[in-house]
Amino acid sequence: PIPAQTLSCRAFFWLVSLLLSSLIWFIAVKASDPHDEPLQKGLLIFGVMFSVLLQEAFRFLYYKLLRKAIEGLVALSEDGCSPISIQQMAYVMSGAFSMINLLADALGPGTVGIHGDSQLYFLTSAFMTMVLIFLHTFWGILFFHGCEHRRWWEITAVVVMHLAVSGSTFCNPLYVGSLVPSYLLMAAAAVWAYHLSGGSAQNLRRFLLCK
Amino acid sequence: SGSCQGNSVERKIYIPLNKTAPCVRLLNATHQIGCQSSISGDTGVIHVVEKEEDLNWVLADGPHPPYMILLDGNLFNRRVMLQLKGTSRVSGLAVAIAKPNPPQGFSPGLKCPNDGFGVYSKDYGPQFAHCNKTVWNPLGSELSYEDFDFPIFLLEDANETQVIKQCYQDHNIPRGGSGPEYPLCAMQLFSHMHAVTSTVTCMRRSSLQSTFSINPEVVCDPLLDYNVWSTLQPINSSGKVDPEKEVIIVATRIDSHSFFWNIAPGAESAVSSFVTHLAAAEALHKASDIHLLQRNVMFTFFQGETFDYIGSSRMVYDMEKDKFPLGLNNIHSFVELNQVALRNDSVLWMHTDPISRLNGSVEAKVRNLLDTLRNSSLGANVSLQEAEFSQPLPPSSFQRFLRARPIPGVVLTDHQTAFQNRYYQSMYDTPENIHMQYPEGLSPEETLEYVTDTAKSLAEVATVVARALYRLAGGANNTSAIQADPKTVTRMLYGFTIKMNNSWFQSIIKPDLKGILGDEVPQHYVAVSSPVNTTYLVQYVLANLTGTVVNLTKEDCQNPEKVPNSEIEMYEYAWVQGSLYPNSTLRVPYCVRSAVHLSKALSPAFELRQWGSTEYSTWTESRWKEIRARIFLVASKELEIITLLVGIAILVFSLLATYFINAKADVLFSIPREPGAGAY
Repeated sequence: PIPAQTLSCRAFFWLVSLLLSSLIWFIAVKASDPHDEPLQKGLLIFGVMFSVLLQEAFRFLYYKLLRKAIEGLVALSEDGCSPISIQQMAYVMSGAFSMINLLADALGPGTVGIHGDSQLYFLTSAFMTMVLIFLHTFWGILFFHGCEHRRWWEITAVVVMHLAVSGSTFCNPLYVGSLVPSYLLMAAAAVWAYHLSGGSAQNLRRFLLCK
Repeated sequence: SGSCQGNSVERKIYIPLNKTAPCVRLLNATHQIGCQSSISGDTGVIHVVEKEEDLNWVLADGPHPPYMILLDGNLFNRRVMLQLKGTSRVSGLAVAIAKPNPPQGFSPGLKCPNDGFGVYSKDYGPQFAHCNKTVWNPLGSELSYEDFDFPIFLLEDANETQVIKQCYQDHNIPRGGSGPEYPLCAMQLFSHMHAVTSTVTCMRRSSLQSTFSINPEVVCDPLLDYNVWSTLQPINSSGKVDPEKEVIIVATRIDSHSFFWNIAPGAESAVSSFVTHLAAAEALHKASDIHLLQRNVMFTFFQGETFDYIGSSRMVYDMEKDKFPLGLNNIHSFVELNQVALRNDSVLWMHTDPISRLNGSVEAKVRNLLDTLRNSSLGANVSLQEAEFSQPLPPSSFQRFLRARPIPGVVLTDHQTAFQNRYYQSMYDTPENIHMQYPEGLSPEETLEYVTDTAKSLAEVATVVARALYRLAGGANNTSAIQADPKTVTRMLYGFTIKMNNSWFQSIIKPDLKGILGDEVPQHYVAVSSPVNTTYLVQYVLANLTGTVVNLTKEDCQNPEKVPNSEIEMYEYAWVQGSLYPNSTLRVPYCVRSAVHLSKALSPAFELRQWGSTEYSTWTESRWKEIRARIFLVASKELEIITLLVGIAILVFSLLATYFINAKADVLFSIPREPGAGAY
């Protein structure tokens, strides 16, 4: 049985990486001219990219930590939680954290739109959060598999996909430009992760028909 | 304000309205007046009402009640307000102040101000009680004294009003015959009041809380402040004046009110009278033989007179209970100035009380008083005329003194019967109402010094009053030196009606009080925390105009009890800032010695704990936590429900999927794992 601490550890690592990247962005913004629009936009893009790289770095650190913990354990559980569930809980927590300020404002009587933004803001934010949770889950599997088997191209693929998804959010409020590619990438990552975890098309057919 | 003010999502949703004034709840012994909102604010779809026909949409036709009305200032009258009060389709009201002032006049005050608390009652002049003979404020719609169960806010900034109207134009206009479509522009007003029912209830609850609770939750506060008084010949403010010594009291009020909280410009109803009074005090001090005069003169500025004579009733009470240096028996006569800026053909009317004049000796003294006044007006551009004998006194502080003793007295006004002031106790009682006009293009300093016609007219009235007081006090010399200065009058008018933060006011106050001088329009509401800015400024202006500069150092001036011969019972010493050196930020402070004192203006009903009193004022103001307003878009109920249902569906689906994947994991994942990979 895996110690429960590793679950909160994963969420904690993700939060710390976010905190560090937002600190860097905050300092950069304060040090720059607030009225220079292109500069602010550029700083935001830089901030997002830096945050992505930092999150992936922390994912790697977490992997290292987990390897050390596992080496220290004698008894390993044979049954088991599927490789998805524990980490998934951690990612859901991260997703909830990222949504929470949005949810707090959604409690009031008003909805987004008085300055011309789209009315579907809350709905699309919710879908985006969902797709990110799934993506993080699948990326975790891919990343750890790549670290385990020294397949660096798997790790690079994860980083590139993460950058692509985060970059696509700059298409907002053209929500088609961010949601559609993210869902497509999620489908691709799902298939790949399923394959790496020991699944195959044959298993899938048996699962669906045996229903 | 919310804990995450300025959070970017919140900024996408809400536009806060910053320049607003709420209507709050006031209570007296038997009633509550004003407005109330729900504890979490009232929300409604905005509808702009610029003409009467627009009301039909709100009251009957509109498909998305309740509505928040943006009302044009010219429609803010009793008829419209009672229609809105009677319907449940209105959740709140925002009034856009009318510019220029409504030409037909506007007064939310009573037709018969302070009725029942003056001298006329069923025992004294019943034919005059309840304005039977003369209605003083015929334009009064009595709106301030109604009780509304929805919030009402005033929009002071025309730019904010335009933002709201633009939002309304973009989203709420019905298109193609049918109703407008979601999302709709809505407004939310927060002004939840804690006190209910009456002063009796709220003071009882507050006193229970204060007695028994560790963290008392007081729900209302009595209206209170300080009266400012000063005497021509200094008296011992903590002792008692010799009962043989006679005093003439000059009185004015210094407060006003309107429908909205802390909006009380009161140019004609308060400022005109107390500025004239201050100028008369300065003029009288120019006489050379003040200390030889047979009688003393007391200049009194009453606070809270708008609310059933709080200040004057308290002073009379203190005099009766010997808590004031003077007693009622010391009073020789009484002169009051009420609303003197709108004189028609330079006529100033003298009002007296017909009931007390039925007594022979009082009649003789009143005759003498009126003759002295008339004689003092010779040569000035003021024509004093007596109001009809069978007419009662207008609402005035003198009535409270008459309740206690039949004192000979006169009230000077610019109106013979009904008020000349068509904006009595309203937000439109502004400098324009008293015809203060300045030429274009003046800097603030030049505007301060420019002598308007209004200032000249008030200075003439002040001169007449000062000369009459000199004669009444027993002065026999020539009165040509007793002259009010229009330059002082115009500076006072500017400071009290346009901007308090000017160089003259800055130079006459103490250094630690300079924060009270604001740049916004001065308001003269009595409020519940004291003293208010108006009281401080009247005190310091009076000290500057009637006091003397003494050669004391700062330490001596701030600790006069250590200085020999300082006579601190008679005088007050103040270390004031002084004026600026030219081209510098340094000031030349100095010490002013004056005979100006403050006396508490809290209704005796609260001292005696008689909260249901019908004899003394029982006005209180409710407490509240937050007052704010904001606008935003609201989504249709359908969209909200769809969002919720989609969310629930996804949740249920994912729970089911997780269960089945978990149950059939051995089917889905067939390759056995190497031990090294570990179950993470």
